[in-house]
Amino acid sequence: MSVEQAFTPIASRPPPQRQLGALAWLRSHLFDGPLNSALTLALLALLALVLPPLLSWGLVNAVYGADNDACRAAYGSGACWGVVAEKGRLIVFGRYPYAEQWRPLLACLLLVAALVASGMRRFWNAALPVLWAVALGGFYVLMRGDMLGLSSVETDRWGGLPLTLMLSAVSLAIAFPLAVLVALGRQSELPAIRTLCVLYVELIRGVPLISVLFMASFVLPLFMPGGRMDVLLRVLIGMTLFAAAYLAEVIRGGLQAIPKGQVEAAQALGLTYWQMQRKIVLPQALRMVVPAIVNTFIGAFKDTSLVTIVSLYDLTGAVQLALGDADWRKFFLEGQLFAAAIYFVACFAMSRYSRWLEGHLNTGLRRS
Amino acid sequence: MTESIIEFKRVNKWYGDFHVLRDIDLQVASGERIVICGPSGSGKSTLIRCINRLEEHQDGQLFVGGIELKDDVKAIEAIRRQVGMVFQQFNLFPHLTVLENLTLAPMWVGRLAKKDAEERAMRQLERVRIAEQAGKYPLQLSGGQQQRVAIARALCLTPKIMLFDEPTSALDPEMINEVLDVMIELAGQGITMLCVTHEMGFAKSVADRVIFMDQGQIVEQNTPAEFFNNPRTDRTRDFLSKILAH
Repeated sequence: MSVEQAFTPIASRPPPQRQLGALAWLRSHLFDGPLNSALTLALLALLALVLPPLLSWGLVNAVYGADNDACRAAYGSGACWGVVAEKGRLIVFGRYPYAEQWRPLLACLLLVAALVASGMRRFWNAALPVLWAVALGGFYVLMRGDMLGLSSVETDRWGGLPLTLMLSAVSLAIAFPLAVLVALGRQSELPAIRTLCVLYVELIRGVPLISVLFMASFVLPLFMPGGRMDVLLRVLIGMTLFAAAYLAEVIRGGLQAIPKGQVEAAQALGLTYWQMQRKIVLPQALRMVVPAIVNTFIGAFKDTSLVTIVSLYDLTGAVQLALGDADWRKFFLEGQLFAAAIYFVACFAMSRYSRWLEGHLNTGLRRS
Repeated sequence: MTESIIEFKRVNKWYGDFHVLRDIDLQVASGERIVICGPSGSGKSTLIRCINRLEEHQDGQLFVGGIELKDDVKAIEAIRRQVGMVFQQFNLFPHLTVLENLTLAPMWVGRLAKKDAEERAMRQLERVRIAEQAGKYPLQLSGGQQQRVAIARALCLTPKIMLFDEPTSALDPEMINEVLDVMIELAGQGITMLCVTHEMGFAKSVADRVIFMDQGQIVEQNTPAEFFNNPRTDRTRDFLSKILAH
């Protein structure tokens, strides 16, 4: 018994409307069941407890001017932001000669500009290394002086934010390509190269950054003719080697996630090893590990604070230096908060950039 | 018979202790269309993957286009330029558009200018009837469309030999024919083809020769008519009865 039936397609309809409006939103997000309601109320109570004293300390009763007596009077009830007004330049620029501090300011802006440009896709070409060479050259000339009519400032007087920015930017800029090579080396078919890369990664990862910095500081000069080597350069080498080992492992994770078929297709097309890495493997592997790379970058940026142990005054070192003043020592909390805010702005910017980059690079990798 | 474009001389290969190719002797004439079939694990994919050195043979000699395949990287690259390959899983590059997938090898291996590479790519895309998808990314296409792009990509280096490694096995049944149509059309154009497939209809209509493999050996090879109507070994008969049963 077969009755012929015509196929009638059902026209597409929009999905049922969701409830809109503030009340509906509150109910579905904050008071969705007894447990959620209880949590919401508990959090509100906590805020009611914490916010008022925090606001009264940080804003209402705070002293904003560089007035030491007023700060002492308000001590305990109000914050002394005057310490920032008084010591801000020392914190930001360290022991750099006061009259010349326009130079580190300009140098910082130069580095920030280069960093921002590196984040933009239109600069991801042969211009990027040139851009960095110019930016770093400019940074050095401005900071070091002793040419173009600028007075000479030895590197041991460099400090504060420019030092932090430069150490992290330069060490990461060199560490990144190095890490790519080490990650590829760990996957190499040549046993000598593979062993060398494994040794390097495991050795560096096995010791704390402090030890690496000490070694770089005190051991590296032994290999130099005459035994003299700029302390800044030593620290840079140490930090670069350290960051590269961690980055290499992150990148290796991405390399391992590339399906074998991608490599086979590239080989079948006759691409050479380096063409294949550059055009097929790395672009896919790196975009997979963007969050982990940025994570490592953020860690490395904050790790620069460890250079204080070899007597370089980066941002955290400069805070200690600034608060060494007996008059202002009491207000170390405000000084630390100021430095923390600078770190936070930089790290938060990196984190947001990472989110944007992930979305931006994933074009084509998702079905749409 | 014209001179062989591919020649296996007592080729052997092992995966660890597993003897996957055993004493393979095979000559392929220029322009010949060969279908290779056999049960899974019989070594048929390994056999064609040796031709462009995705797999390395450990014993015997293998010549492609008159060049012997050895460890010499330059020779391997020269051979790969003459050999196109289509995979079961398509293996398109997901981070590149369809057009970029096609222009990659002509620009980097063939040293073509971008404009020429794109012209050539568009011609191949028209050939597989998918030119309108040039700007899309592979994962936005259906399986059948992706496989046709993969065929076009392999053709962009104007290879003398095309290898197909189970090109329709990963496709939905509805899409198998659009890929087979493209392959049949290609078969009519004088290119040497080696195709690992279980599409016996395709074998009957285009193959000059069918090769049956089992346990790393070539069990039997013959014209499709002879192969399907007069299989010479019990093993072949058994295999055919299983795949042609329904």
